[in-house]
Amino acid sequence: MFVEYTGLVNIDGPLIAIKGVRAASFEEVVEIRLGSGERRLGRVLEIEGDIAVIQVFEGTSDISLRNTRVRFTGRPLEITLSPEILGRVFDGLGRPIDGFGDIFPEVRMDINGSPMNPISRRYPRDFIQTGISSIDGLMTLIRGQKLPIFSGSGLAHNELAVQLVRQAKITGESKAGFAIVFAAMGVKNDVADYFKKSFEDSGVIDHVAMFINLASDPPVERIVTPRSALTAAEYLAFTLNMDILVILTDITAYCEALREISSSKGEIPSRKGFPGYMYSDLASLYERAGLIAGSTGTITQIPILTLPNDDITHPIPDLTGYITEGQIVLDRDLTQKGIYPPVSVLPSLSRLMKDGIGKGFTRDDHGSCSTQLFSSYARVQDVRALASVIGEDELSEIDRLYMKFGKAFEDEFITQGMDENRPVEMTLDMGWKLLGILPPGELDRVDEETLKQHYPGYAGAAGSADAAAGAAVGI
Amino acid sequence: MSDAAVSSPALPDGGGAPAAGGAGENIIVSINGQVVKARGDVPFKMLEAVRVGNLGLIGEVIKVSSEVSTVQVYEVTTGLRIGEPVRPTGRPLSIALGPGLLGGFFDGIQRPLAALERATGPFIVRGVDVANLDEERKWPVKMLARQGMRLSGGDAVAEIAETPSIAHRVLVPPGMAGEVVYAAPDGKYSITEPLARLRLDGAGGSGGWQALAGIAGGAEAGDEYLPAGAGAGHAPGAAAGAAGGAEAAAVAGAEAADPAADPAADPTVEITAAHKWPIRRPRPIRERVRIAAPLVTGQRVIDTFFPIGKGGAAAIPGSFGTGKTMAQHQIAKWADADIIVYIGCGERGNEMTEVLEDFPKLIDPRTGRSLMERTILIANTSNMPVAAREASIYTGITIAEYYRDMGYNVAVMADSTSRWAEALREISGRLEEMPAEEGFPAYLSSRLSEFYERAGNVTTLGGATGSISIIGAVSPQGGDFSEPVTQNTKRYIRCFWGLDRQLAYARHYPAVNWITSYSEYLPELAPWFAEHVGPDFLPNRNELMRILLEESKLQDIVKLVGSDILADEQKLTLEVGAVIRLGFLQQAAFHPVDTFVPLEKQNKMMELILFLHDKVQALVKKSVPMSDIKKTGVFEIVVKAKFDVPNGELGMFDGLKARIEASLDALA
Repeated sequence: MFVEYTGLVNIDGPLIAIKGVRAASFEEVVEIRLGSGERRLGRVLEIEGDIAVIQVFEGTSDISLRNTRVRFTGRPLEITLSPEILGRVFDGLGRPIDGFGDIFPEVRMDINGSPMNPISRRYPRDFIQTGISSIDGLMTLIRGQKLPIFSGSGLAHNELAVQLVRQAKITGESKAGFAIVFAAMGVKNDVADYFKKSFEDSGVIDHVAMFINLASDPPVERIVTPRSALTAAEYLAFTLNMDILVILTDITAYCEALREISSSKGEIPSRKGFPGYMYSDLASLYERAGLIAGSTGTITQIPILTLPNDDITHPIPDLTGYITEGQIVLDRDLTQKGIYPPVSVLPSLSRLMKDGIGKGFTRDDHGSCSTQLFSSYARVQDVRALASVIGEDELSEIDRLYMKFGKAFEDEFITQGMDENRPVEMTLDMGWKLLGILPPGELDRVDEETLKQHYPGYAGAAGSADAAAGAAVGI
Repeated sequence: MSDAAVSSPALPDGGGAPAAGGAGENIIVSINGQVVKARGDVPFKMLEAVRVGNLGLIGEVIKVSSEVSTVQVYEVTTGLRIGEPVRPTGRPLSIALGPGLLGGFFDGIQRPLAALERATGPFIVRGVDVANLDEERKWPVKMLARQGMRLSGGDAVAEIAETPSIAHRVLVPPGMAGEVVYAAPDGKYSITEPLARLRLDGAGGSGGWQALAGIAGGAEAGDEYLPAGAGAGHAPGAAAGAAGGAEAAAVAGAEAADPAADPAADPTVEITAAHKWPIRRPRPIRERVRIAAPLVTGQRVIDTFFPIGKGGAAAIPGSFGTGKTMAQHQIAKWADADIIVYIGCGERGNEMTEVLEDFPKLIDPRTGRSLMERTILIANTSNMPVAAREASIYTGITIAEYYRDMGYNVAVMADSTSRWAEALREISGRLEEMPAEEGFPAYLSSRLSEFYERAGNVTTLGGATGSISIIGAVSPQGGDFSEPVTQNTKRYIRCFWGLDRQLAYARHYPAVNWITSYSEYLPELAPWFAEHVGPDFLPNRNELMRILLEESKLQDIVKLVGSDILADEQKLTLEVGAVIRLGFLQQAAFHPVDTFVPLEKQNKMMELILFLHDKVQALVKKSVPMSDIKKTGVFEIVVKAKFDVPNGELGMFDGLKARIEASLDALA
């Protein structure tokens, strides 16, 4: 029933155009047979009359206008899935590349997925303890959240992601188990290897499905890699009810592949040459995180972006930040100071934090502690700016306390070892200890009651002003 | 393949639909994302709603030429084939207006998400046909029209208690006038059952309605002019024309059971509780009225510093993480509007879930009822089809106009208009139109103006007063306010709440920057504030603003040389500025007392701050050092007053004043 067409009329970058096609359907998968007998896969991108434009996943090299046959399969791009995918390695199209043979399919799923009905979503509220103070304390990760890491070349995003995977602990129990779906898009071989080795070392490799598109692999395949991975994640989470953590790296390479194809198609570019639909396209990935009614499974996403030139206003992080539920921003200055993890706390944020912390989740002082840390650390930046102009010696007493607080905050709270796993209680106690450097009068985000319970050496409301003065003098 | 029954099995069959048109049908010749081109000899009208492909996907004609017409499709087009049919419906893209909207949750083209969930589960699948409003539910109707009364567009026919606090007035559709020849008795009716029958004035009396509702051609009127009869009531019936691929003939056939549907035979129309209206056409009003009252939101930085009038338009621009959505949620929760229409346009799915989970639990302080009862949610999240995202803004504002016409004050939250503009850009790109700035189409500005101009305080056709306030979030690319959407929006709004990244980093929420924000409504609202809050309200506000501006200038100096060298008088300004920022501008959305603050308390808080300012100033003049004054803790008292004084116990402010006075007098 399948007709093979030969009327190739154009080859341009990753795209081929074929003429004389009848009844092609949008986004259907085609099989391309080269003169040499080699088979490749492609997908219909655009149909204009009897001409179909097809993107070829394996690239167009060696394809000629003659002797190339195209067969339309009539199906959208699908991957085969079963519980056996855990522990396996696939290419971007979901084909096994680890030499252990094909997956015996239990289901075939369209990699494009379908949009989740907002009414069917369940709001994510379960706290995930990562054991990393800056994250647990200040930008708490919630099960079902999409929380990207905004990083830069040479920063420790891979190490941080690995530490997250190793330490992540969900409060409450997971009924059907926990698994990781790892998608590498255009990353270096070393990076993919690093992740693989880390999964092996921490003994989770049997619970990981890896979808690998390396920097040397064709960029068109990069477009489908995260979709294959997320389809696998949806299957594991919503059919098998598992808790899934998806790591997508590197979104920057993904977006650049998107730009490459858009430019081949001759589309009108918007900012920095990226296509106008990049927001919708990224949303079609990120929004595949979450919880749905009727399933106990969850998908938590940690996409990793390397910001071009460390610029947070670049279209890739910018559009990402508008879709994801917060961001963890890594900072080059902190890295230079030797601080790991180099989390820049002020621009970092977890939007779902407010509903997953506090009484019944972490501890009831969590909210006050984190807001106050943010607020005080923001003040530290002003004081440092001032100190760099007038010199530290000229600072007022209170400003010098802020300098001290800032240093201690970075050295003790943010800094921790790659194997150091701190319970959230410890993180919060540490936060209060650091806030104790400042006089209680400066802690304007905390109410009297919380202060009484947690401020080191609390002296009562009446004495607070004197204590402030006393502390100031004490320096 | 071209079997009409495939797309809408529930239709009354117009009689051999595929052949009925006789003239053949339009078929797809090109597919590019959600833009589809069709060729054929059935003429399309500009902005006509169409059904695309064998699945009957919903689409809209956006370009017409003698050769090929272009259609934007509101659903995912994967799997669509060249050669599949595109069928006209004869009407512009319309939504059903009637009881059942309140508390509802719809997608961008008003398909109820709960019905979609029942039909296809937790993921939205293509080509699903669901009724826009519940057609089975019987509403308790209290008739207002009596036989023999003369009614015209906008007059009330009946009243339905849609919720315990909102009376839904069934109005004669705009453009129609005539005599009531039949009025149903009070009782329970569904939205498809006739409540009254009007004998229209003059020949072709429904022409006015047709013109307004964008329905052309007399023959179609049977289906269209009283759209409730054939519109909401027969939502699939509307599709009948489409499925048949035959316009008038098939529709008339389908409706033949109802002889009254032919206006030539009987110039009467049925009025039902619901009717259809095209989303891109503003509903007519009698006249616009000057804005005279504020939309009270309970958010201090808005109400006191940059108030918006009822019927006004405001924009909240801010880069990600600055709290646009939070601000929108707060306003949607606490604004003193009768109805809230919340449009989640291209934003996160979880945010809509949050509204859906939170609002039913919150109590409207004015009615004592659940907040959800006055709220209508439109959600077209970022991963839902982009063309429907473009439509969602119009769907929302049309619903708002419908309730305004009943005499209600409606507030529309559009989050975010930038996503809507991007949808325009995306579709424009696929049409290969010449781009203007940053790839946005040249008509961005006119589309924005069309949207914001649908806000206003008006006298309705029926003589009531109603208003629509629009609060649009803007998500500027890279946080840069000079980008086209922010700049063009600024031309059509009069209230600008600029969110500031630095404030958000310091967790100063709401992160409204008091230097760059403005409200042009202030002079118009001044008499209202003087009368309803107190003559000192605006003077207090201006004094606080003066201190803040002064503080901002001093901060620039402090950044260079530190605060130690400032004179005590200037240090006072810094201290009081900090008190205003911490104790007044910052507001805790999750604090039970602070989440909503009535205007009276806002004024009292200002009084307290100024009282402190004057007292301390007197001491400073007497050369009492600022450091001594700070030690008394009076500044902390004022900062924490927002938490310490419950909204209902404003008398406590006198106690605070006494404490301040006592502490300071000890120094004098």
